[in-house]
Amino acid sequence: MTPAVPHATPSSAAAAATDTAPYDVAVVGAGVVGCAIARRLALEGARVVVLEKAADVLAGASKANSAILHTGFDAPPGTLEAACIAAGHAEYRAIHDRLGLPLIETGALVIAWNETEAARLPALMADAERNDVPVHPLTAAEIRRMEPNLGAGVAGGFRVAGEAIIDPWSTPHAYLAQALANGAALMTGAEVTGGTFDGAAWTLAVAHRDAVRARVVVNAAGLFGDRVEAALLGASSFQIRPRKGQFIVYDKPAAALAGHILLPVPTEITKGVVVCRTAFGNLLVGPTAEEQEDRTTAALDAALLERLKKRAEAIVPALEGETVTALYAGLRPASEAKEYRVAAHPDRRYVAVGGIRSTGLSAALGLAVHIHGLVAGMATGVMGGAAPADPVWPRVPNIAEGAPRDWERPGNGGIVCHCESVTRREIEAALAGPLGARTVAGLKRRTRVTMGRCQGFYCSAALAALTDGRLAEPFVPAHPTPLGAGADHPAASVHVAAGRALPAMPADALPSDAAPTGSARAEAPPAETACAGAARADGQPAETARRDAGPADATRAAVSDTAPSPATVRATREAGR
Amino acid sequence: MSAATPDAPDLAIIGSGPAGLAAAIAARALGLSVLVIEREAEPGGIPRHCAHSPYGWREYRRLMTGPAFARRLADDAARAGAVIACGTTVMALNPGPALTLASDRGIETITPARVLLAMGARETPRSTRLIGGTKPGGVLNTGALQGLVHLNGMLPFRRPVVLGTELVAFSALLTLRLAGANAAAMVEPADAPTARWPAALLPRLLRVPLHLGTRIDAIEGTSRVEGVRVTGPRGTRRIAADGVVVTGGFRPEAALLRGTTIALDPATGGPVVDQFGRTSDPAVFAAGNLLRPVETAGWCHREGRAAAATIAASLAGELPPHGPALSITLGDGVAYVVPQRIALGTGPHHARGPGAGSAPDAAQVRLQLRLTAPVRGEVRVEVDGRRIASLPVDSRPERRLVLTLPPDVPPGSATVRVEAEA
Ligand SMILES: Cc1cc2nc3c(=O)[nH]c(=O)nc-3n(C[C@H](O)[C@H](O)[C@H](O)COP(=O)(O)OP(=O)(O)OC[C@H]3O[C@@H](n4cnc5c(N)ncnc54)[C@H](O)[C@@H]3O)c2cc1C
Ligand SMILES: Cc1cc2nc3c(=O)[nH]c(=O)nc-3n(C[C@H](O)[C@H](O)[C@H](O)COP(=O)(O)OP(=O)(O)OC[C@H]3O[C@@H](n4cnc5c(N)ncnc54)[C@H](O)[C@@H]3O)c2cc1C
Repeated sequence: MTPAVPHATPSSAAAAATDTAPYDVAVVGAGVVGCAIARRLALEGARVVVLEKAADVLAGASKANSAILHTGFDAPPGTLEAACIAAGHAEYRAIHDRLGLPLIETGALVIAWNETEAARLPALMADAERNDVPVHPLTAAEIRRMEPNLGAGVAGGFRVAGEAIIDPWSTPHAYLAQALANGAALMTGAEVTGGTFDGAAWTLAVAHRDAVRARVVVNAAGLFGDRVEAALLGASSFQIRPRKGQFIVYDKPAAALAGHILLPVPTEITKGVVVCRTAFGNLLVGPTAEEQEDRTTAALDAALLERLKKRAEAIVPALEGETVTALYAGLRPASEAKEYRVAAHPDRRYVAVGGIRSTGLSAALGLAVHIHGLVAGMATGVMGGAAPADPVWPRVPNIAEGAPRDWERPGNGGIVCHCESVTRREIEAALAGPLGARTVAGLKRRTRVTMGRCQGFYCSAALAALTDGRLAEPFVPAHPTPLGAGADHPAASVHVAAGRALPAMPADALPSDAAPTGSARAEAPPAETACAGAARADGQPAETARRDAGPADATRAAVSDTAPSPATVRATREAGR
Repeated sequence: MSAATPDAPDLAIIGSGPAGLAAAIAARALGLSVLVIEREAEPGGIPRHCAHSPYGWREYRRLMTGPAFARRLADDAARAGAVIACGTTVMALNPGPALTLASDRGIETITPARVLLAMGARETPRSTRLIGGTKPGGVLNTGALQGLVHLNGMLPFRRPVVLGTELVAFSALLTLRLAGANAAAMVEPADAPTARWPAALLPRLLRVPLHLGTRIDAIEGTSRVEGVRVTGPRGTRRIAADGVVVTGGFRPEAALLRGTTIALDPATGGPVVDQFGRTSDPAVFAAGNLLRPVETAGWCHREGRAAAATIAASLAGELPPHGPALSITLGDGVAYVVPQRIALGTGPHHARGPGAGSAPDAAQVRLQLRLTAPVRGEVRVEVDGRRIASLPVDSRPERRLVLTLPPDVPPGSATVRVEAEA
């Protein structure tokens, strides 16, 4: 698919070189893993191109996860996964401030809900110790004191202080933004369909585009990692087995019900159902773990979500009175084996970063350092030039709670998405620049518009107008309608006249940005409007009692005002009985 | 704060829907200085994009469309001297009362003498109803559909499935028709339409199949809706559709009140009020659909007007103080009751309850309530097992019932419950 507004190659130097010299490294896939790798390689001096098949980045596994920055306390000790989580966790802590990324230090409680689970706690704590992650055993009473909203049945557990909550989307966006700011290039709508290696460089076939040349290929294609490997090497050394995880998000007041990340005792195949806050101030419950064939669609299953909700209400009973505001599901790029499928083929200048199934957000920065080592070790000079002496550190706009938001600052253009307090200026910024949103989903991930409690009830019209013609997939498809914009709505003719001044409120003391309209109707005193955009001098009568195209009088009465007469004390009986 | 908005009006009204604007007009007539705070770019609330009749009959003695009604109310409020600050959101309500406002100017704080909460109600989204399937574009509430159609001239789909049969679902059908589209089907989980005659005739007039006893199992489609899987009396099947209008299931827009000192009623989802529309903070009042889901624009308008009168009385020191009260608890068969408490003090001023819209010194209090299920029998108000008021009913949950209490109710607690006919 070719997006209407493809991401351009931002660095002109890199762009000019494309025709002549190959890139040092092509990273296939802009999930969190690909974004982190691109960043690391760019910071080490490589000329990097990121090839992403979707119209926008983070369209695969990385679009939906629990957003926990894991310590790796429960990772299999001694594995690459354990090492990368530890390194990734440490680097995130070191750099998040400079990139403008949040870190919500909740800590986690691993809670056993019965004696069988409690019996497994010592082994888990021993693993944590081997992974160098400090944990503190707790009695049921201690856990209860820390989390008074927990339901019955707590049998014991331990605390992992280092587990934290982060922003699942701003994080990879920030990694990629830093890569781009330091010379990397991004192509979206760029699906790698095959490639040939001539001993010095790859020529990658890209659907609907010119071929891209690069000396090294890093396959970070997530849910399609095995397919990309087969397309490049002829066969794949691993198979992706997508594993779906569904989530329920509760409205913000529910976040007060859980201080820590509440983890169950993990099983062999899943970390289990987690209850935790989000960086945006909501409460999250999930994920499920369901094997499926489909690599692209993570459908919601109402019956399972009901069960998940019941489970959540068993963990935190007060959730019964809280409102669900969102549902989502993600696909883990699991493989037929438990471990990460990372392998370098120096002879083919190819690295696979596959099967990063359920810890990729935490491990990405660590994986990136590891991959850099593998690439640099392939051949001398393969990494290209020298690392930038003074790399650029772009900051992403903060959309998490707890740090100042744009609505607090002047010139924000006003709030458009009321539930998530997203301003017009934030939306404009998210649509602009080399990493600008290209899809509605991409705009949501960058700003959280429509992701709050009303799910677009209030702001859909404003958003559709604001993004019109600016997205590869429009908010609203262009269906013809006989109604023009503003055919019969207040913006077409409202005049908010502040005619008679109150003692405390002179009519001329209106917002400075409200243009004097001079559009007063004949009978009104000189009108000014305090309402942005209301200034139209069309002189349309104030109340056009339009007898509209309703099919029958009966249908008009259908929405009539049926206030009872004040005198009578009787039931308002059903009409028509 | 800046010179833009007065920072200490007699009355700050949050929300410029029919309730807020009616209160603004009435409060100006009573001589109060009024600031209306509206987060949208235009005043008027929901009727701004409800471009069909009938609105305004009771207020202006003529049939108007929603936008014309909104316009007229906004004009009247402004002409009466109320300042309407649009594009301004109330972010926090603190004791005092003090309001934190956000706008293009950044953060400002105002300290009005009284606050009227008139934030309205909205429909529940797909997510809250735990509807399964994929998450393509084109799944909207009626409010969003009407905003797109009537504010932008944009039609998001041509043959959507409409879920629900409250009145607002028929409003969605009318909107589709005005925009040159029609619904593929109307789907209702219950065995009968929620809104009865004459609204229920509309699907037949528009040739829209109405599937009762039918629920949506899954929404299908990748980028846009492609179909809807439903299960009903005739089993499971797929309806081809390019959108879903998720209608009704109204909730008061009360998020602003969570975590404040204002007591909320889980039954209504709105603030607890007394017969003066006064919340648990005696300087803060409420009116309109914020009080409960959901009434018509005309009813909300009356509540707004009544609130202005009690607020003026409150400023004049004429309301009984927050003191002894009769608090209402819900018994069998009653979904909610408003007001939830009856202030008993012997202040010089009595009112009849939100929406009474009549002389505020009338001594009788009126309760508005809804049933949980269709009932033929009696609604009773009991104090210590003793009946103090009752109302014969043969009614359904979607009907508003109004019950008048006798004068001089005792303090304590009253239960409102349904006694079904044997
Ligand atoms: C339910 C769930 C909960 C999770 N919770 C957590 C958590 O709390 N903490 C944590 O650390 N991790 C968590 N994870 C794991 C984490 O989300 C994943 O490990 C991570 O997103 C994997 O990223 P990736 O970059 O490898 O893959 P992806 O995000 O899938 O990225 C691959 C990209 O490659 C692109 N692509 C595919 N084929 C091609 C091609 N041929 N050409 C070009 N581009 C292509 C895709 O479009 C995609 O954008 C969770 C995962 C799930 C599903
Ligand atoms: C789609 C739809 C169709 C309807 N059709 C009809 C109909 O045909 N006839 C009918 O009689 N009724 C209809 N209704 C019911 C309708 O809600 C009422 O008619 C009426 O609009 C309620 O008035 P209100 O003043 O209580 O609230 P609203 O009209 O909802 O106004 C509330 C206002 O408060 C503002 N607000 C909320 N929070 C804040 C804040 N924190 N800061 C600043 N401003 C804020 C909102 O932006 C909004 O403008 C319909 C409702 C819907 C959703």
